[in-house]
Amino acid sequence: MFYELYLGSWLSINKFGLGFIIGSVWDPVKGIFGALPLILGTLFTSAIAILISFPISLGIALALSEYMPKQLSNLFFFFVELLAAIPSVIYGLWGIYVLIPFLREVIYPFIQSNFGFIPLFSGPIYGGGFLTTSILLAIMLIPIMSTIMREIFILVPSALKEAAISLGATKWEVISVMISYARLGIIGAIMLGLGRAIGEAMAVSMVIGNKFQLFPSSLFDAWYTMAAILANEFIEAINPLHISALINVGLLLLVINLIVSIIAKIIVRYHLRIIGGIMRE
Amino acid sequence: MIMSAYKIEVENLNAWYDYKHVLIDINMKIKERTVTAIMGPSGCGKTTLIRCLNRMHELVPKAKVSGKVIFNNLNIYDNNVDPTWIRRKIGMVFQKPNPFPMMSIYDNVAFGPKIHGIKKRSILDKIVKQSLEMAGLWEEVKDDLQKPASALSGGQQQRLCIARALALEPEVILMDEPTSHLDPISATKIEMLIRKLAENYTVVIVTHNMQQAARISDYVAFLYMGRLVEYGPTKEVFERPKNELTERYITGKIS
Repeated sequence: MFYELYLGSWLSINKFGLGFIIGSVWDPVKGIFGALPLILGTLFTSAIAILISFPISLGIALALSEYMPKQLSNLFFFFVELLAAIPSVIYGLWGIYVLIPFLREVIYPFIQSNFGFIPLFSGPIYGGGFLTTSILLAIMLIPIMSTIMREIFILVPSALKEAAISLGATKWEVISVMISYARLGIIGAIMLGLGRAIGEAMAVSMVIGNKFQLFPSSLFDAWYTMAAILANEFIEAINPLHISALINVGLLLLVINLIVSIIAKIIVRYHLRIIGGIMRE
Repeated sequence: MIMSAYKIEVENLNAWYDYKHVLIDINMKIKERTVTAIMGPSGCGKTTLIRCLNRMHELVPKAKVSGKVIFNNLNIYDNNVDPTWIRRKIGMVFQKPNPFPMMSIYDNVAFGPKIHGIKKRSILDKIVKQSLEMAGLWEEVKDDLQKPASALSGGQQQRLCIARALALEPEVILMDEPTSHLDPISATKIEMLIRKLAENYTVVIVTHNMQQAARISDYVAFLYMGRLVEYGPTKEVFERPKNELTERYITGKIS
């Protein structure tokens, strides 16, 4: 796959070299392609999506594994898992028809009237855009991340919880012990979510506004991501250099995702080695 | 207030798991600074009994307790008693060594004092050293305090768990078959340690090893099918058991 992508992007690599990664012009008519804005757009929307979804997922996972009675938790878990199975186009449509109007009419004006003096929250509100994309991605990630984290918490040995309880720990202190025990597994879950967010094309291209620029003027402005531009332009591209540049974007996307999953693997393996010394059955 | 000579008095204690009645009308008084062994065949309720003494039993879903456990003239099952306070005063060591694997040796011992509000490093250093010394582990680990607890051997891990319990300066230490997962040499070390602990603490130990009960305890209780069959000074119970069931257990006819 790597080889295919490399072959496909040969024209573009030949012409732009590393300049493709740092270039910030994308002009199919003149034949100049630089992907830096796409890379930044991808990383920032995904990072903010994680920032939003992580605390919520952690809370849901803890509620499901620690607080709810088992039957209720299983029922809830079933619905959360169903959410994880919804195709991303549906999330995109929901984003356009429900999320965007809601954010545009209610949330964003509220934020702007209170925090508008901060440049991040100034500028025109379109509804779609950078922050909207991150919120939609976060909503898509929550089911995945919370189900993984629930599994992780269920796997925490009860001997460990009892140890903490027997030392007079309160419920919260026990939970903090569990989180510290499972911390690397939790990071693994985040990495998995991050991989999903980086690679998400359909839903993102439907709500981000698809505006090729290095940095948006505010959180409400439109932007673009690597996966989104692939989804949008690939079918329309005729010029061989254009096609090659798009494949080159695909190659970069694969590399970034590979780096994320390698980091996740290393973390998980390191985690197992530490824990392996104890709690063997 | 007149303190009774007994550290713990169990009065009409009954315990259930769901509909299973596992402890039936237990009455026993445990003297201060002694080692009391609770022995009996598997499934007789030994573990449940000591888990009732620091309110760990109620953590199991559908578990229920009735009766009184008086600790320092206070019924630990009174509504206004905070179970976390009880568990701080009545420490516990489990069957399988369960140190926190992600923490260093130091942090394992310091965990209890830390969550109960001791923040100063110098005080924590002192508590950690004293507790490890008392558990007979200091000399072995004093240069490796920052190493993960998972690097220790099974016997060392169990002594670490004892040190962790001691760090809270409890008055009573409950031990649930603390040597059953250890090799004989480590087990002997722990037995000697238990004898030493009885100079300052009240120790209640569950064991299904009769020789162990005979070697280390001052008082012994024999539990059979949820009932306390016999309870008295170790020597008396082993030499002149009053109950026929006890005699049969000691002579190996029931196990």
